[in-house]
Amino acid sequence: MNFKKIFPQLLTLVVVILVFGFFSYNAQVNMENRGITFGYGFLSQESSFDVQFSLIEYDGSHSYFRAYLVGLLNTILVSVIGIVFATIIGVVVGIARLSSNYLIERTAAIYVEFFRNIPLLLQIFFWYFAALRALPLPEKAEPMFGVFFLTIKGFFIPAFIWNNLDIFIYSVIAAIIAIFFVRAYAKKKQENQGAQTPVLLISIGLLIILPLLSFLLGGVDASIEIPVIEQLSKTSFTYKGGLKLPPELISLALALSLYTATFIAECVRAGVQGVSKGQKEAAASIGLTPNQVLKLVVMPQALRIIIPPTTNQYLNLTKNSSLAAAIAYPDLVLVFAGTALMQTGRAIEIVSITMLTYLTLSITISIFMNWYNKKIAIKEK
Amino acid sequence: MNKLNFLSPDKNNLYAYLYSGISLFSLSILIVFLNSFFSLDLTSFLPGSISYFLPLIIGFIGLHLIRIEYSGIKFLDIVNKNINTNKFNALLSLLIIFAVIKSLPPLLSWFIIDANFAGDSKDACSGSGACWAYIKTWFNRFMYGMYPNAEQWRINLSFIALAFLGGVGFFATEKFKKYLTLYYVVVYPVIAFLFIFFFISGGPIFFDFSYGIIAAVISIIIGFFIPSKFKMYYFLIIPITIYILLKYVFFYEELIELGKIQAFEWVETGAWGGLSLTFIVSFFCLIFCFPVGLFLSLGRRSDLPIIKYISIGFIEFWRGVPLITVLFMSSVMFPMFLPEDMFIDKLVRVIIAISLFEAAYVAEVIRGGLQALPRGQYDAAKSLGMGYWKMHIFVILPQALKLVIPGIANTFLALVKDTPLIFVVGLLEIVGMLNLAKTNPEWLGFAMEGYVFASIVFFIICYAMSKYSYNLEQKYKTER
Repeated sequence: MNFKKIFPQLLTLVVVILVFGFFSYNAQVNMENRGITFGYGFLSQESSFDVQFSLIEYDGSHSYFRAYLVGLLNTILVSVIGIVFATIIGVVVGIARLSSNYLIERTAAIYVEFFRNIPLLLQIFFWYFAALRALPLPEKAEPMFGVFFLTIKGFFIPAFIWNNLDIFIYSVIAAIIAIFFVRAYAKKKQENQGAQTPVLLISIGLLIILPLLSFLLGGVDASIEIPVIEQLSKTSFTYKGGLKLPPELISLALALSLYTATFIAECVRAGVQGVSKGQKEAAASIGLTPNQVLKLVVMPQALRIIIPPTTNQYLNLTKNSSLAAAIAYPDLVLVFAGTALMQTGRAIEIVSITMLTYLTLSITISIFMNWYNKKIAIKEK
Repeated sequence: MNKLNFLSPDKNNLYAYLYSGISLFSLSILIVFLNSFFSLDLTSFLPGSISYFLPLIIGFIGLHLIRIEYSGIKFLDIVNKNINTNKFNALLSLLIIFAVIKSLPPLLSWFIIDANFAGDSKDACSGSGACWAYIKTWFNRFMYGMYPNAEQWRINLSFIALAFLGGVGFFATEKFKKYLTLYYVVVYPVIAFLFIFFFISGGPIFFDFSYGIIAAVISIIIGFFIPSKFKMYYFLIIPITIYILLKYVFFYEELIELGKIQAFEWVETGAWGGLSLTFIVSFFCLIFCFPVGLFLSLGRRSDLPIIKYISIGFIEFWRGVPLITVLFMSSVMFPMFLPEDMFIDKLVRVIIAISLFEAAYVAEVIRGGLQALPRGQYDAAKSLGMGYWKMHIFVILPQALKLVIPGIANTFLALVKDTPLIFVVGLLEIVGMLNLAKTNPEWLGFAMEGYVFASIVFFIICYAMSKYSYNLEQKYKTER
């Protein structure tokens, strides 16, 4: 141990401790002056504010912690919707970018260049304040396929009314577990005997048959509830029954998925282009069909390049969903760091909880990603 | 063999296929064109859905007929190769062509034909198209925010001067090229700060930092006479000493009196806004986040455990939280961490917050470049007897930074696109001004025009940046 190594470390440590000490000392003095005590006890107090849209039962008589949960669930909801659509659009556009058809390639390129060079916040505002405001009023809305109603007050869709929903969910879970076993078996069989098993067909079959069995044997029952127009007052109409997707959710999910899809498309393109030409030629020369080349040689290697940056994009999407606060979609930031903070005035506690939530989310995902990366990385001798 | 087989066109009857194919294809485009531009329905005599899909079917057959490989006609081969390789591609090409033709008339009429350009009130916009008069009326606000009209020349002057000084690098002769880095990293930011502080903000001539400038100038002049062995220690200690001496011992009274002289009207940062604020925020964040990110990335790869783990913690913290919560923190939580009498301007807080946030991303990008360098580079530099800093400044960083130009450009683009978020703390740049204008009772209902305008502005800025970074990447590309 020499001086040259210890001195810079000590200096950094002292600076960091001084800065933190300065901040926490001031925080203590400031809170004493304002008569606030630091603590998380307020979480169990009655919140006494309402939230427009919530997945779990919630009103003003519930606690602040419940409000936190409502916000968190709403954040997760919009992130999941965004991720699903962003992946679909992104993969399609990414493949279109590789098309030999000039028109398709150009269209995809224009889409990517356009949507990724405009700030996400602007896109959210555009969908919310400009595009969705041009929709018809509930009483004037034309039904799509007779059951969907896209109106200025939101998107009304039919809802399923379930009996014994849990059995149905169990059957789906069972099907997914069964698919894992089938895949493991097929892999083993291929390694031992070289024979291929039609895994995809069997998986689809399992996914259909098991839930179907739950309908026939498990007493699962679903009926569809179609939204019906209802008059609230002389000029105000709404739809009753079914599910209502509020315009905030629609515009947020739309903007998030269209914006993130451009980045996913670039990841997909880079991934497929990253597989060297020799690999494809080698695969073709040992007699694999084009489909087999894609499935057995190109995709496994391309996925190795595609998945890490794409997960990063999923993470970005989840973090970007906090822009919801700008259009009053009740996500974690709006409900908790907005309304709850205004009411309690506990800036330090609430902002730290909010940040910790996002931090936990992203660190969990990045730990998982590091593990996954290590697992799929090419094992060099 | 002159039999025509329309299912599989071949080269034998090339012209027969060609003429029939092209005429069918043109017919289908004509039908769609007349329908969309002149709302003329040529196929109205047919039943509904057939009439609707007829152009598609005709065009599809037409493209099928001209799909002849190696026809010998150059143009036909290019068309076939690019849009007509197989049935599926032909169908997609047709759909795209039709979609473009269909969407042109409404877009054209909204943007230009039915749009209102003249006038300065809502009544001028009676047409069904866009109301560009709205943008024209509010243009000043979208550019300068609430900045007083009479003082806006100060913003213009500063920006023109800064753009000119920023462009110096392009005209520098070979002799001065080696000082450019110093100029852009140290001198230019200071000049920019002085411009923003004196002209745009209108700060008093002698402000606290003027002691700092005097101290710096004096110590640099003395620095020339110090032997190089002690230079580092000298520059660590002397400027601060001179600063303290100046401020508290020598000129205390006189400089305070001078400090109260103000050349221009003070415009507080709350009144700044519009596109100029977008530029100011992104400019300073760009300048600050790069060096911070550079040091963080070096810290993360350091052998010294304390520095390494502090860097990792710092980087992962900022990367894990959304920017909006960081801005929340800077606006509601940060004042709690400062002494009661200390106040930091909103804009400064925002710039610090965004800079630290983006610095974490820059650090990760640069780390990628550092990792991509082969170990041999480090070993070679060490074997020449270079120390840590010499090795990094002269060998490692020039190569690593070259590798990460695209990544850094992407981070900078993200930064520019993140600036609208400062609405959280109540600063209104162009998107914020749009939302303000939208709620003005005299100009209700023009949200679309505003957002289209801002989208075009941002698109131009970001697209230019990405193209410029691409050029840089090509310019500095070296074969490895």
